[in-house]
Amino acid sequence: MSAITRPVLNKKQVEMNHLLHEAPREKHFITGAQAMAEAVKRANVDMAIAYPITPQSEVMHLVGDVFAQGHIKEYYRAEEELGTMSAIAGASRAGIRLFTATSGPGLLRGLEAIVSWPGHRVPAVLGILTRVVNAPLSIQPDNIEMAYMMHCGAVMLHAENQQDTFDFTLAAFAIAEKVDVYIPVAVATEGFFVTHAKGYVNMMSEDLVYKEFDPVASPVPAMDNETPPARIQRDAPVQKSNFMSYLIHSVWQQEIWDSNSRAMKYIYEYLGGPIEVQNPGSDVMILASGCAAAQAREAHRYAQEDGLSVGFVKVRAIRPFPRDEIREALKTAKTVIVPEHNIIGWLCTEVKAAIPNGGIVHEGPRVFGGMTLPVELIMFEIYEALGIEHKMKL
Amino acid sequence: MSLKYVTPAERFKRYLPKDYVELVDFGPFGKTQEEAGPGNMGQFKELMEEHPMCSGCWMAYYIRLIFASLPCPEETVTLGTAGCGRLAISQAAVPFIYGNYGDQNAMASGLTRAFRLRFPDKQKDVITIAGDGGTMDIGFSMTMHSWIRGERFTTIMLDNEVYGNTGGQSSGMSPKGAVLKMAPMGKDFEKMPATELAKAAGCVYIVRMSPTNIKQAAKVIRRAIFVAREVGPTFIHAYTSCNIEYSIPTEDVFADAIELGRGRFKFDEYMTDEAKIVIERVEGEEKAARKARKASKAEAVN
Ligand SMILES: Cc1ncc(C[n+]2csc(CCOP(=O)(O)OP(=O)(O)O)c2C)c(N)n1
Ligand code: SF4
Ligand SMILES: [Mg+2]
Repeated sequence: MSAITRPVLNKKQVEMNHLLHEAPREKHFITGAQAMAEAVKRANVDMAIAYPITPQSEVMHLVGDVFAQGHIKEYYRAEEELGTMSAIAGASRAGIRLFTATSGPGLLRGLEAIVSWPGHRVPAVLGILTRVVNAPLSIQPDNIEMAYMMHCGAVMLHAENQQDTFDFTLAAFAIAEKVDVYIPVAVATEGFFVTHAKGYVNMMSEDLVYKEFDPVASPVPAMDNETPPARIQRDAPVQKSNFMSYLIHSVWQQEIWDSNSRAMKYIYEYLGGPIEVQNPGSDVMILASGCAAAQAREAHRYAQEDGLSVGFVKVRAIRPFPRDEIREALKTAKTVIVPEHNIIGWLCTEVKAAIPNGGIVHEGPRVFGGMTLPVELIMFEIYEALGIEHKMKL
Repeated sequence: MSLKYVTPAERFKRYLPKDYVELVDFGPFGKTQEEAGPGNMGQFKELMEEHPMCSGCWMAYYIRLIFASLPCPEETVTLGTAGCGRLAISQAAVPFIYGNYGDQNAMASGLTRAFRLRFPDKQKDVITIAGDGGTMDIGFSMTMHSWIRGERFTTIMLDNEVYGNTGGQSSGMSPKGAVLKMAPMGKDFEKMPATELAKAAGCVYIVRMSPTNIKQAAKVIRRAIFVAREVGPTFIHAYTSCNIEYSIPTEDVFADAIELGRGRFKFDEYMTDEAKIVIERVEGEEKAARKARKASKAEAVN
């Protein structure tokens, strides 16, 4: 028995739209890790399960404090990430709201369990605070791990900064729990660059919380022997025979990807849409997600100062991928530049596949291993694309 | 509430599958062990009837026994994993959760805590039932850590000393010397000391057995569940032979189980003092209830 007792808090439960769009906000200067924990504090989370890995640890330390302060009902450190992610899957069957977070190698260690969450219809929220995947070892931000997450059916949001991290994490709970979605939502942002750096975050009062998890409002009832319709599992079709199992697996997975598409309308409702566009119709468009979007935004500003025909697209949702929106935004572009924090250029590949004229998409610039992404690197590509003389050397 | 949950409204019954209605009317929900327990298996609608396991599989028999012994099936959730056992467990009329190979005790940790959080005044019985590979090899860390953390649920290991489901590979629980797939020269290390590991990890009630005595096996299953409700993690290590991979002729399966019950599965029951108190109390209460029922029955006859 713990000697520390936790206070019982009495908070006002409200709808997500009220929290995000109506409740008055105050400006704070906090880190990305704090922003994520502050969102969890207001999300009325029932249980959080933690396992340390840099740079994520800071988030789950703070979530532990949030638990100790009485904002969360249950919290523990699990044995490792596969145990963590499996425990989330187990706890979810009881019909509760869940949160956990990890980074690079931790995500990959937990991946077998995580990629099963959509199929299990686990509406949990997962923080991904990006980090290099070995080898060689580095603990620095590189978002290569997101590529491994993209094919499991989960919704994936990519936060540019501390404010995004706060808003996306909070909205993630509402999106995940919609009856016509009901799959996990991952909120990714760059380790260190966002998690350990401070930025301005407008936050509503912590006396407000998102309304309580409703175990009845679910496409698959909780396995609690309480929530109707009765789920007495006899003759479980998935286990019955290989013939049944491949049929069921295929229709079930189709439904998961349909659920993933249906999340898009809620991304509009809560976050104003999957992309942000500035200067559409420009010859050169810089398109980026996460922390790279902050650098791309800066390059866009430089280009405006120089009076260049350059526009900017920030991608908030990686899954569902905003194919139609991106097509529209890049319709008249002659060149698309996709700065990224990984070696394979997963966003670049996605964009190429989304538009009819993929040839206009430029490979890079990319940094990896956790290096910073200098704005000059993007400017170099802009000058090259526009055939402008410059003295920049790479 | 949960008995009510499985019981359909009388007028709705004719729209439901017959199998379901029969289960509610003639199955073990809300019944005592004398009415529907291991003692009269075959005379009531059992929670597990059909299954696709090999004919004569001793594991299938033991799983059937587990379901007949549950103290409160309407409040029970089972968790299983890859392996032969899940083919039958998933077809019992009790909610069954299946994740990935070896994750059953991690899933159960989350589930048990979530149940306590949502239903603080209610007892929900959580049981993991997995093979020797699932429990002691791939799931080892998750098994051990659930015990070390003192998670309050029951772990049952169906030990057939082999990876049955994938075609007979050697497991950590295979006996030394056994020639199996992936150990073509014979397994060159000892069978893992599962019950000793359980003890070191903090299980409060541990039994190793070859479940040939139905009454004893049922008692152990119930004890493990009662103790897990109140004290801490409990573990049953049961021999459930694989007649296919060890080439045991069906008619010799029972004799083999008896023989191993005298050997490396010799009955061994461990309990902490706290567990003992719970067992004595619950069994005392059960005995008193049985007596009272007998007395009222006798009175009704007179
Ligand atoms: C991650 C993963 N690795 C391997 C497998 C393949 N696999 C399925 S069942 C099994 C062996 C089961 O052996 P055991 O746990 O002893 O159960 P039994 O079939 O003997 O009852 C294996 C290796 C899997 N399903 N998942
Ligand atoms: S392979 Fe062995 S353990 Fe599996 S069902 Fe057949 S006899 Fe039973
Ligand atoms: Mg086995």
